Amino acid sequence: MLEIKNLHARIGEKEILKGVNLTVPDGEIHAIMGPNGAGKSTLSYVLSGRDGYEVTQGEVFYNGQNILELEPEDRAAAGIFLAFQYPVELPGVGNANFLRTALNAVRRKRGEAELDAVAFLKLARAAIKNLSMKEDFLKRNVNVGFSGGEKKRNEMLQMALLQPGLAILDETDSGLDIDALKIVAEGVNALRSPTFAALVITHYQRLLDHIVPDVVHVLSGGRIVRTGPAALALELEERGYAGLEAA
Amino acid sequence: MSASMQEIAERKYKYGFTTDIAMEEFPRGLSEDIIRLISAKKNEPEWMLEWRLKAYAYWLRIEEPDWAHVKHPPIDYQDLYYYAAPAKEAPKSLDEVDPELLKTYEKLGIPLNERAALAGVAVDAVFDSVSVATTFREMLSKAGVIFCPISEAVREHPELVKKYLGSVVPVRDNYFAALNSAVFSDGSFVYIPKGVRCPMELSTYFRINARNTGQFERTLIIADDDATVSYLEGCTAPMRDENQLHAAVVELVAMENAKIKYSTVQNWYPGDENGKGGIYNFVTKRGACLGKNSKISWTQVETGSAITWKYPSCVLSGENSVGEFYSVAVTNNHQQADTGTKMIHLGRNTTSTIISKGISAGKSDNTYRGLVKIAASASGARNFTQCDSLLIGDQCGAHTVPYIESRNASAKVEHEATTSKIAEDQLFYCRSRGLSEEDAVGLIVNGFCKDVLKELPMEFAVEAQKLLSVSLEGSVG
Repeated sequence: MLEIKNLHARIGEKEILKGVNLTVPDGEIHAIMGPNGAGKSTLSYVLSGRDGYEVTQGEVFYNGQNILELEPEDRAAAGIFLAFQYPVELPGVGNANFLRTALNAVRRKRGEAELDAVAFLKLARAAIKNLSMKEDFLKRNVNVGFSGGEKKRNEMLQMALLQPGLAILDETDSGLDIDALKIVAEGVNALRSPTFAALVITHYQRLLDHIVPDVVHVLSGGRIVRTGPAALALELEERGYAGLEAA
Repeated sequence: MSASMQEIAERKYKYGFTTDIAMEEFPRGLSEDIIRLISAKKNEPEWMLEWRLKAYAYWLRIEEPDWAHVKHPPIDYQDLYYYAAPAKEAPKSLDEVDPELLKTYEKLGIPLNERAALAGVAVDAVFDSVSVATTFREMLSKAGVIFCPISEAVREHPELVKKYLGSVVPVRDNYFAALNSAVFSDGSFVYIPKGVRCPMELSTYFRINARNTGQFERTLIIADDDATVSYLEGCTAPMRDENQLHAAVVELVAMENAKIKYSTVQNWYPGDENGKGGIYNFVTKRGACLGKNSKISWTQVETGSAITWKYPSCVLSGENSVGEFYSVAVTNNHQQADTGTKMIHLGRNTTSTIISKGISAGKSDNTYRGLVKIAASASGARNFTQCDSLLIGDQCGAHTVPYIESRNASAKVEHEATTSKIAEDQLFYCRSRGLSEEDAVGLIVNGFCKDVLKELPMEFAVEAQKLLSVSLEGSVG
């Protein structure tokens, strides 16, 4: 379970999050929608521990542990996964090597045995098949020369292998065609279980046709200004975000 | 230093131990008498002594060069020891090698026991000024390959040594080459006869142990017509507060259709994080592609030394001959590296490739300096150069100094260069997937160096990757 209590955060002198309160129980998928500049990406970076985002007030608990004190890699080991809006390229680093290094780093911290190359390849090939990806993905360098859709698929592959308890999707749908959108949705839906929760951050409603959320929150001006069922997303699509600030 | 600090320091440079063994040292300083002593110690013929003395006379007349992008206090050449060797008589077989020395090499991961040795690698172990053991000599000699300490080659194979020693790097080539020619103590000699593909990798493992002692390694490798050899060298030294000098000369000769691959993993003690101590690595390495279709390939991973001054080069005389230089140079803390290559195209249709990857961290300075020279005679010559620099942090420097001289209009010379920093978003991306910051740097750096690392023989590639990560420990955050 993720619990965010009165979270304030700033970048430099600029306060972006101004008291976010949010609870995501295990087994649920919550969507966060909101206009540009509402603080959506800031929230995802604060949750995953990126440098440069200073928390000035509030607490974030994941499964009872205060994660704000953890390094990004320890949050990953604790089960938090951030799917990037713009996945980063790593020239010369093979995808298989990257995936295996990451998976073994996480497994080591979780007290699980590391996987040798053979066991890893078996696992990776199965995950690739599930995501209808080509096997040459493993041989290519991490995100280098990937199309937008391929980059997002690669995020889903990483997520499938790392088996997080909480996935945060930071506008993963931006710039995707409908086929790629479906892949992302399938990636998330495949992980649905009573021990998995997700925070789907999106500007548009269309992703939520494919990942149907249990709850929709609206983030505006650094605060959650509305919370409602999946239908709220449709309402927002129709009326836009105007007028929400005051609510 | 507390126990845990000690542990960290040792982890950073795990070869920093010293070997406690009875040593024979000549008096400090350099003179004709010292050179006579070295020559006598090695039972050298008169011609060798003459050669040394001529080199010494020339060295006395010239000045230390100052064009490299490095800074260090003046070296007092009279304050060094020029010869240090384990006191016991040279062993005649592996069974006679001092157990203390065997232990030293075990600790370095280089077992000299042939049964325990890495399969397929023959080792010549040079400890301070002498070769202490050479493995697999019998097996090699069956194939006609000569692999022995150069001091032995001077006595046993004078015709080859006379013909080729100084033929690629002349005594008067430069200050450090002249010094080396005067006082060189040991190193490896390799001769691969016509048509022979050397049945195993050959390697030399250089270890400096004694205090205040210069190591003057001399290596000579000759591949006759249609011969092939792959040679590796590794280097380590104890952690000491004083700077120590390593001034080596390596000469390679490739005849018709011959191929020589020379790989180095240089991990001399780099000094501490404040720049105290460390090896001055002033080295002249050059190969001559004399025959048609011959090929010389240098691959180096330079992570150690306080200062590196080194330009492994190829003189491409034979028609269609090929020169290659693949280099990774890492500097951290206060290390300085000025390294690169010279590709001298003399023959027709000669080609050369230069791939250089420089990584600077801490307060270090890393310079690529290279020359591509196309002579008027080198019609159809081609060169491709790629120089990439990676910066970690904002207090280090990367410099690229390429020289190109072309006197033949049909030649093609290409040069590409990039400079980049490890981006914050790359580090965060890796860390969000569970990698520690240092593992992330290691992964990104190894990716950056991939084009060079893949040129290393398997046994070295894995070691080199680990070494890169260790060398950059503490460089971020």
